[in-house]
Amino acid sequence: MSVNPKELKYTREHEWALIEGNRAKVGITDFAQSHLGDIVYVDLPPLGKEIKKGETLLVVESVKTASDVYAPLSGKVIEINNALSKAPEKVNRDPYGEGWMVIMEIKDPKEAEELLSSEDYESYLSTIS
Amino acid sequence: MRYLPLTDADRKEILASLGMESVEELFSDIPPEVRNPALQIASLSEPELEKHIKELGEKNRDLAELQSFLGGGIYQHFIPHAVDHLSGRAEFYTAYTPYQAEVSQGTLQAIFEYQTMVSLLTGMEVANASMYDGASAVAEAALMAGSITGRKALAYSAALHPQYQRVLRTYTQHLGLDLVELPWTEKGQTDLDALPEKEFSALILQNPNYFGVLEPVAEASRVIHERGGLFIYSFSEAASLGLLPPPGSLGADIVAGEGQSLGIPPSFGGPGLGIFATREQFMRRMPGRIIGEAQDAEGKRAFVMVLQTREQHIRREKATSNICSNQALCALRALIYLSLMGERGFRAVAEQCYHKAHYLSQALEEIPGVKLRFRGEFFNEFVLTLPQEPEGLLNFLLKNSILGGIPLKKYYPSLKQEVLVTVTEVHPKEDLDKLVYLVKEWRGGLK
Amino acid sequence: MSELIFEKSKKGKTGFSLPELDVPQTLPPFEVRQEIGLPEVSEPEVVRHFTLLSQKNYSVDTGFYPLGSCTMKYNPKINEDLARMKEFALLHPEQPEGTLQGALELLYHLERYLAEITGMSRFTFQPAAGAHGELTGLLLIRAYMDERGEKRDIVLIPDSAHGTNPASAALTGCQVIEVKSDKRGGVSLEDLKSKLSPRVMALMLTNPNTLGLFDENILEVSRLVHEAGGLLYYDGANLNGICGYVRPGDTGFDVVHLNLHKTFSAPHGGGGPGAGPVGVKEALVPYLPVPTVERNPEGKFYLEWERPKSIGMVRSFLGNFLVALKAYAYILTMGGEGLKRMTEDAVLNANYLLHLLRGHYQLPYDRICKHEFVLSTSPLKEYNLKVTDVAKRLLDYGFHAPTIAFPLIVEGALMIEPTETENKETLEAFASALIQIEEEARTNPELLREAPHNTPVRRIDEVAANRNPTLRWKK
Repeated sequence: MSVNPKELKYTREHEWALIEGNRAKVGITDFAQSHLGDIVYVDLPPLGKEIKKGETLLVVESVKTASDVYAPLSGKVIEINNALSKAPEKVNRDPYGEGWMVIMEIKDPKEAEELLSSEDYESYLSTIS
Repeated sequence: MRYLPLTDADRKEILASLGMESVEELFSDIPPEVRNPALQIASLSEPELEKHIKELGEKNRDLAELQSFLGGGIYQHFIPHAVDHLSGRAEFYTAYTPYQAEVSQGTLQAIFEYQTMVSLLTGMEVANASMYDGASAVAEAALMAGSITGRKALAYSAALHPQYQRVLRTYTQHLGLDLVELPWTEKGQTDLDALPEKEFSALILQNPNYFGVLEPVAEASRVIHERGGLFIYSFSEAASLGLLPPPGSLGADIVAGEGQSLGIPPSFGGPGLGIFATREQFMRRMPGRIIGEAQDAEGKRAFVMVLQTREQHIRREKATSNICSNQALCALRALIYLSLMGERGFRAVAEQCYHKAHYLSQALEEIPGVKLRFRGEFFNEFVLTLPQEPEGLLNFLLKNSILGGIPLKKYYPSLKQEVLVTVTEVHPKEDLDKLVYLVKEWRGGLK
Repeated sequence: MSELIFEKSKKGKTGFSLPELDVPQTLPPFEVRQEIGLPEVSEPEVVRHFTLLSQKNYSVDTGFYPLGSCTMKYNPKINEDLARMKEFALLHPEQPEGTLQGALELLYHLERYLAEITGMSRFTFQPAAGAHGELTGLLLIRAYMDERGEKRDIVLIPDSAHGTNPASAALTGCQVIEVKSDKRGGVSLEDLKSKLSPRVMALMLTNPNTLGLFDENILEVSRLVHEAGGLLYYDGANLNGICGYVRPGDTGFDVVHLNLHKTFSAPHGGGGPGAGPVGVKEALVPYLPVPTVERNPEGKFYLEWERPKSIGMVRSFLGNFLVALKAYAYILTMGGEGLKRMTEDAVLNANYLLHLLRGHYQLPYDRICKHEFVLSTSPLKEYNLKVTDVAKRLLDYGFHAPTIAFPLIVEGALMIEPTETENKETLEAFASALIQIEEEARTNPELLREAPHNTPVRRIDEVAANRNPTLRWKK
């Protein structure tokens, strides 16, 4: 899936968020996964972790590098995608679907306004590619 | 200059191809005021170098000449000759770190086998490719426990090797840790009752400890786990793993010890071999290089460095675990040693160490005024209390070409009259009897 | 199929020989361990196993190893023999000093030679490797700052620097900030000025840097850092590019670490043991790890443990003594003149190789290099090839690949360091191979993508190995 879904919001650090009420599902974008290469491990955060927007939420590892994934919004981690521990390749294959990483309970819905729409994210990508 | 293949003609040709007249031009970017310092070091020809080093050697008295009962972190064991021959193969010792795995399968498979040996010896699920030595391995274990638990308090035994303690404190001095030292009991074991009510990341015990005494490992493991901390098991005499129950069966979370006893000569203290192992659940937190099994493009079994991202990671919290390389050639020696000794040989060494040490301690205790300082069980090292400070006896023994033991006051000022004595399989009965005889003689000469 | 030593085990085989137990047995009051699970193999089988294993390795003694910043030079055989002498290998560190005079004297002299070579005052041999030396150096600088009441918590490193730096910095309570390189490949003075502050503890540099380029502004860099109250740390990994031509201490460095297994010819051993001694200027001497090696007025050598300002110990005993011995023997073999010659030939070889490869791949910094230089394989992107593919194809030509994908500031980097112990013909053959591979990239990229073909194993699936790591053999 190389098209960035329109219903998601994005960050310049290549995270996406699917916001439904006070919950947000978070993952990394197709651009991110293709740049990281084959992902070998996703170091998911513990349940209940409180985090502020912009802080490191978790770490994604490929063979040669480890990359920080930042929280697009502030909140608390209430669900993690355990399937990634056995199959981290889901992030490569389906970054917006099966490759989701955490679900957060978000504190401040207004923060979502600071995120990018899919058009804005794509414009941003064209400036850095 | 026999290490330099370029001839003067070669140098001229190269300079010509670079459009230069003299080699100085290649260094023209070095500011002239600091260029060309003219190092004042004379050179020696090969025969002269050999002679010079031999002369230096003659100023030493080594363990081939002296009978040594020294231990305290470095041990004398018999090393089968094949260990030198095999580890001395140039394909092993002149190879680089195995980053290009396809042309480094010798080194990689050897380290994989070594990791397996460590797992077997320690009873732990995963091991790394080695650390610098036991001391730095313990320090790294402490950092790892801190990062896993997120806690700042760390307990360790006062009977942990004093240099391991020192290195631990040096590594952690700027991390705001609360280091708690647990005293020893009259038995010579760590006083677990002295563990205060704190949230500890880990408890570090050495077994056998620096005094040679066997620690209450199972109980220590239980106590620290009840507090939510990790149990770090250290050792300095790897031969003990041939007789003592493996730390993995006693609840150790991390094992960090010294492997010099496994086929590495005393070497004046270095190089050594830091043995490091942990539970599978902590695998990705383990510092150092790790070798994993893999397949090549044709499905053939192969070996490769894995989990390398920890070495490149620049995150602060994770960064504390990635400053180490390994001691590959020493790990290879240990592997070859263990392959040759095997199940029965390694056990035989441990048994001989145990029986000979107890034979000696029993004989020495019969000498009036000479007492075993600690009543606890021991493996191959024990502490004796002498009627006076040890210098007199040790000098007397040295005159008889014997190194009698380590005076403990060097590290433990309250143990003024104590000496640490170590016995291994290299001591035939005559040597043990001779030591007893000489101590009696010296004792007889005292008022 | 490569068999593991455990797969050759059979109950009843013996590879060891010990005398019979000659003392009465004492019954252990504790439960002794049962089966350990170690293999049982005879001596001839063990020897064949490891001999065959060794033959799967590439090594300096069998081939060219142009790994940038690794200095894979020839490892002299006399040094191996000297380190095996029982007079040194059979020394116990807790022996009375009177029986250790030769070993102590060796370290004493080696310290002075290294001080002479680098322009420092004193050295410690305790650090066991370069990264270990870095940690030690930063702890020393931190101790210096602490004693002066300076609260500094930032370490500056160039964007071309090695990854271990941030880890060492974190252990001294510091964070790392990168300084950009300028167009010539040296430290950008402008960026440096913008990042210097009263919070900067040190700038860590290697000079020549990982691009093989000598920073022409080094004296100015040094002045700026010292003016801001910081100290300058020298990563000695690249000393082979300047040894005998300039001393780091003379260009303003306050602390240096050296890699005895690089510049000073001690073997790499497949990944250690090395040695990373750390040298300091006079002001930092009080903080050196204990013990230090001293000489009393009567000429007797001894160990000094009473050093109240010492940072402590970073390793047990005195460090990797037998590795230091090899470096000592090497320095005496070369002498001051020889070390200078060594550097000249290393730099000649690197520049010659650069000259042969100019016009191929991409040369990001077309300048006189020192002992190494960097090429970029980014032009091969158009054929969908990565630097790894070039490296693997080089293995087919019988060469070990250079350092790849580092430094990070060059895309698809190949860091090439030939060293001085290679002849002209080898350099020409290597250049020729690289040029041919560039041609193959154009005409037959599959050859690179599927390389290596001629090695003991084909390209390894690292992704699978990392996803489900198997770190030991199980029955």
